[in-house]
Amino acid sequence: MSLLELDNISTGYGHFQALFDINLRIDEGETHAVIGANGAGKSTLLRTICGLIRTDQEKVRFDGQAIGDLAPHKRVGLGISYVPEGRWVFPSLTVNENLLVGGHSRRTGLWTIDKAYETFPLLARLRKRQAYSLSGGEQQALAIARGLMSNPRLLLLDEVSLGLAPVVVEKIYESMPAIVDAGTTVLLVEQDVGQAIKFADRITCLLEGRQVLEGSPDEFSSEQIFAAYFGV
Amino acid sequence: MATPIKVERYTKSSRIALPVTAVVIIVAATIPAWGSSNIMKQGVTFLTLLALAQMWNLLAGYAGLVSVGQQAFVGIGAYSLWVFSEKVGINPFLCVPLAGAVAALFAFPTAGLAFRLRGGYFAVGTWVISEVYRLLVTQTSWLGGGSGVSINKAVQIAPSTREAVVFWWALGVAVGAIALVYLVLRSRRGIALTAIRDDEIGARSLGVNVLRSKLWVFILAAFGTGATGAVIYLNLLRLQPEAGFSLQWSVLMIFAVVIGGLGTIEGPIIGAIIFFVLQQLLADYGTWYLILLGALAALVVVFARRGVWGTFARRWPVDLLPLRRRLCLETVCFTEEAPPAAPTTASTPPEIPGAAESEDTQGTDV
Amino acid sequence: MIWVNDVLQGILLGGLYALFAAGLSLVFGVMRLVNLAHGDFSIMAAYIALAIVGSLNINPFYTIVLVMIIMGIFGYIIQRGLFNFAMDAGPMQAILATFGIAIIIQNLLLEGFTANSKGLDAGSIENAFIRISDQVVIGWFPLITLIASVVVLLGLQIFLGRTRLGRAFRATADNQRAAQLMGIDNRHLYGMAMAFALAIVAIGGVFIGIRTTFSPSAGPLRLIFAYEAVIIGGLGSLWGTLVGGIVLGIAQVMGDHIQQGWGMLVGHFVFLAILAFRPQGLFAKQVQ
Repeated sequence: MSLLELDNISTGYGHFQALFDINLRIDEGETHAVIGANGAGKSTLLRTICGLIRTDQEKVRFDGQAIGDLAPHKRVGLGISYVPEGRWVFPSLTVNENLLVGGHSRRTGLWTIDKAYETFPLLARLRKRQAYSLSGGEQQALAIARGLMSNPRLLLLDEVSLGLAPVVVEKIYESMPAIVDAGTTVLLVEQDVGQAIKFADRITCLLEGRQVLEGSPDEFSSEQIFAAYFGV
Repeated sequence: MATPIKVERYTKSSRIALPVTAVVIIVAATIPAWGSSNIMKQGVTFLTLLALAQMWNLLAGYAGLVSVGQQAFVGIGAYSLWVFSEKVGINPFLCVPLAGAVAALFAFPTAGLAFRLRGGYFAVGTWVISEVYRLLVTQTSWLGGGSGVSINKAVQIAPSTREAVVFWWALGVAVGAIALVYLVLRSRRGIALTAIRDDEIGARSLGVNVLRSKLWVFILAAFGTGATGAVIYLNLLRLQPEAGFSLQWSVLMIFAVVIGGLGTIEGPIIGAIIFFVLQQLLADYGTWYLILLGALAALVVVFARRGVWGTFARRWPVDLLPLRRRLCLETVCFTEEAPPAAPTTASTPPEIPGAAESEDTQGTDV
Repeated sequence: MIWVNDVLQGILLGGLYALFAAGLSLVFGVMRLVNLAHGDFSIMAAYIALAIVGSLNINPFYTIVLVMIIMGIFGYIIQRGLFNFAMDAGPMQAILATFGIAIIIQNLLLEGFTANSKGLDAGSIENAFIRISDQVVIGWFPLITLIASVVVLLGLQIFLGRTRLGRAFRATADNQRAAQLMGIDNRHLYGMAMAFALAIVAIGGVFIGIRTTFSPSAGPLRLIFAYEAVIIGGLGSLWGTLVGGIVLGIAQVMGDHIQQGWGMLVGHFVFLAILAFRPQGLFAKQVQ
């Protein structure tokens, strides 16, 4: 049984349907990247998994449990953590306080504040700073570290490279192995196809809300991925 | 062959409703001829309530300004009536529009201060400002101070004449208020208002001057409220600051509009009727009618947002007044979805960095 | 020297206003709700104290903890039972719902207790004072009120800064959806925020009931003072609220001194002046 099972997900916003019949199986320990152009529905997918968008109960199953209509805060307790597009750090709270709030759900495990500072050394220097004063890259690191504080079984990363310089993105991805080694399943959404392919065990490509490609990156040539991404 | 496309204003129901309304108004106007003094007094109470409700609806339901301080203009209108009739010597009946004008003048500084606040803070701000007016009048002896004044020039007029004219004035402000709201909404400003109500930022990006539209509405509502205040006190004849500037006026307006239906012209009419009827029925039970209305208002505003009229109009789409424009192809007309009953008044502090999400994800499995 | 006394009395009064303002500020900070029933809740607390005093015949001071608990529970229930839904419906709907509740409370109290003014009798402490000089006098009770208010604000600051729930409040105030992603149940949190706010306002209600008389329609004025204190001090600043309350208190005392009956008006003028010339308040907390 997979850790996460998505059945015929067709969610959207108001009258706008963003996804059409998405089916996905993610195994525990897997790293999976969802790629696609802007507006392809990638974020919608993650938001459906984390609960910001609700759907029918049976359509999202986590570790066998049907959670499709469960409130987001309850999913955190089950072990799902979503690091949002746009980071959403708490601006008036310090870095340290952001991490403490990340641990609100009191789930125990490998990830403690100390381990967070160990994995993201740049945050250790910024402990007492209010989050609004951090740069984009620092906020991204904080958002990821904060997301880990609930010791999730499934970590959802939404566009971590967005708005960041390539060299900063590299640094962020350098901390990924530590996350993966800890046993966390990672489902990430990436516009940067290169990074996605390097990092993930398996990829799914979305085009205008539909799945157009799925499998291990080695299975596909760059032309195939290009074609799927742009829909040519 | 191109299908002729028309933009239609009148619906079947509005074609019937308009002449019916005209008949009702004409019949009502004859009441002074055959109605008792009591009926006329009740009539004035109801009609002025209706006018106040329409004005509050104009502010809140169409411009998104939730004011809890409209009693300022009731009081200002009433005291203007007294000043013009008593001190300047103008016939009290002619003072009604003057009272409205004075109220409209005072609306400028009021808005100047109140518009610095938004949402709930705007609401309390208008309340504070109305308290200031009340206190100023209380401390001013030539305005009668705390003990108040009598509208002597009106008292001196023969009761039968006075009651009749006051009744006609009440009918006048009620019809006038409805007509005013109707005309405002049909105008370009009105469409701008609807745009602001639906999406303020979007409207601004299209060049709508949001501030000026809101100010304009605020002034008009003040005018209507002030004129109505004068009519109310032509009826009551005795005026004290605590009564003229009482929060109770806001209670009446707000409950009537909320229960009847925010954001429609028909809503406040229904709301005023419900309010009036309940007030009469429960008159012997002290304040229970207010408790009941308060509970009703709180529940309606949360669970039946569109009020009595809105809920009714949704099931059986009826438009008594031709307000919406519909696109018609040959014989088929499209009604756009009913606009939300209440605008969003944003009382948000500066938005946080990185909170780029705009959509409210309400869990749709489309 | 008379002015010194005025300033002193104003500071003491300010402490009381700060108690009312703290609750209003907390609720607005966490959930962007302006609770128009806030003042009426404080009156409700005073009447509950009155009822307890009436049946147990004890000094009103001893009722404070019980009244806080009752009001806290009531606050949680009304937030989760009505206000949460009102907030879902929209900001305008929320304001209007609180307005409806305000009117209901005022009229229920009227039915239950009549319109007559009542007072809470705390005995000799009400009139005890410290004489500093011929013209400067500090009443014991106002001093206790100020101390209580400082203690409450300190407690609130520690709570918000150092506890898990307090951090959750601040996180929700910053971004309520992000807070949900941390496992924070915002419906429960809003309930807790209202509970805290009403517990604090209960203290204020009992204190003001001892200090002066109260009646069912006295609520709106309390709301106005609380709100003026918050605006003068600056939205988002806890200690700014105390300063705002003090500024308002001083304005009112001096106003009454200049001309009896002008106190409130002068207070309003100061508020309007701040609104006109420094709308962000004296200590606006800007995150950016």
